[in-house]
Amino acid sequence: MDDTIAVALRVNGRTFQGRCEPRTHLADFLRHELGLTGTHVGCEHGVCGACTVLVDGRAVRGCLMLAAQADGAEVRTVEGLAAADGTLHPLQAAFVEAHALQCGFCTPGILMTLVEVLNDTPDADEAEMREALSGNLCRCTGYQNIVKAALTAAKAVSGVRGA
Amino acid sequence: MKPAPFRYHAPRSVADAVGLLAERPGARLLSGGQSLMPMLNLRYVMPDDVIDLNRIDTLAGIAEEGGRVRIGGMTRQRDLERSPVVARHLPVMREALRWVGHIQTRNRGTIGGSLCHLDPAAELPAIAMLYDAEVSAISVRGERSIAMAEFPAFYMTPALEPDEALTAVTFTPWTGRTAFGFVEFSRRHGDFAVVSAACLLGYGPDGRIDRAALVLGGVGAAPLRLPDAEARLTGSRGTSEDFTEAAAFAERIEAMDDAHAGADYRRHLARVLTGRALAQAVARPAA
Ligand code: FES
Ligand code: FES
Repeated sequence: MDDTIAVALRVNGRTFQGRCEPRTHLADFLRHELGLTGTHVGCEHGVCGACTVLVDGRAVRGCLMLAAQADGAEVRTVEGLAAADGTLHPLQAAFVEAHALQCGFCTPGILMTLVEVLNDTPDADEAEMREALSGNLCRCTGYQNIVKAALTAAKAVSGVRGA
Repeated sequence: MKPAPFRYHAPRSVADAVGLLAERPGARLLSGGQSLMPMLNLRYVMPDDVIDLNRIDTLAGIAEEGGRVRIGGMTRQRDLERSPVVARHLPVMREALRWVGHIQTRNRGTIGGSLCHLDPAAELPAIAMLYDAEVSAISVRGERSIAMAEFPAFYMTPALEPDEALTAVTFTPWTGRTAFGFVEFSRRHGDFAVVSAACLLGYGPDGRIDRAALVLGGVGAAPLRLPDAEARLTGSRGTSEDFTEAAAFAERIEAMDDAHAGADYRRHLARVLTGRALAQAVARPAA
């Protein structure tokens, strides 16, 4: 079979180059080639959402996209959320505040999904927020506090925008 | 799990893509990857070659031409969901898209991928059937169009030749006063429906229904139109009695039996959901 192929992409504003087998999915590439282990891999068939990252601004399942398909793309992962000085992203701050994680396995995927949701519909109500989060499974929290944190962060973000 | 090794091709043009497809029997076309990628990861499929359509810009887009709406096969479900053209001309598609997977899968998933994967309970094939859409396909031998009614060959298999690729799906929007409904039942949000029901009702100047289309998803191998129920509604005033009688036809279909639901239960859902789709249609001010 074929050799490895070259993949060049930007992740959290930095340029990376790597090589991988054609069958390597994006989440594995981020973790194993680039050492960005913040993106988690759960089911590897598109059900759990743990692998969610932003590709060209859109939340996608990292296990359902080949690394080769991200060649030339702009990727954002959980490592890119906090500011350079360590200041947490409003979403991260809200998750800490509301105790919206326990083991944290699902958290990176949920945060990256919510980046898109807050961008598109910062005025989402609770029902809309639950629907937006329907593609991310959490085995620990029961979702109550995740939804609470998401709504708090949405408020914080639209407050900043409104100002 | 990880996919078995394969050769990866990323053609930049449709001509290159169908050239590769003709040359490499057994190759799989990769569109949005929201069905094929899980099947690769689970090793349900182990092709030698994967031909990625994502670098072919001309395959995506929504165009209005001569009263029809032509949607490129690589158009993402999320772009359809947000398209003003879809909202205006194909509102029932927009309604149905809310039920398709999740944000993350709609961001990648395409209309062409949904149609070719042809899951019996998938929403977009049902909508294509509701509108009698036309599917365009291409191979090195040329182009052709296939009526949606002819498109499902059998269970999860479209009537495409092994060397053919879907390029577009063309819809003819209904004109005049039209009402629509879409409902489905699934165990968890974002799952494929156990049964879904969609309807389009066209009203004449006298306020009677002069055209009706009803489709059920999830009951058989392919989305199923209900011609008897459509005939029952045509010419009627669309009273609740008309709807009850039309919905009764939905219970007389042959339904499949699987791990998710038995045939009797599916028939029951078919009747109830058809009634609800009709009720939803009239509850909304018709455009
Ligand atoms: S690992 Fe990608 S959805 Fe579960
Ligand atoms: S916090 Fe453990 S899976 Fe969500």
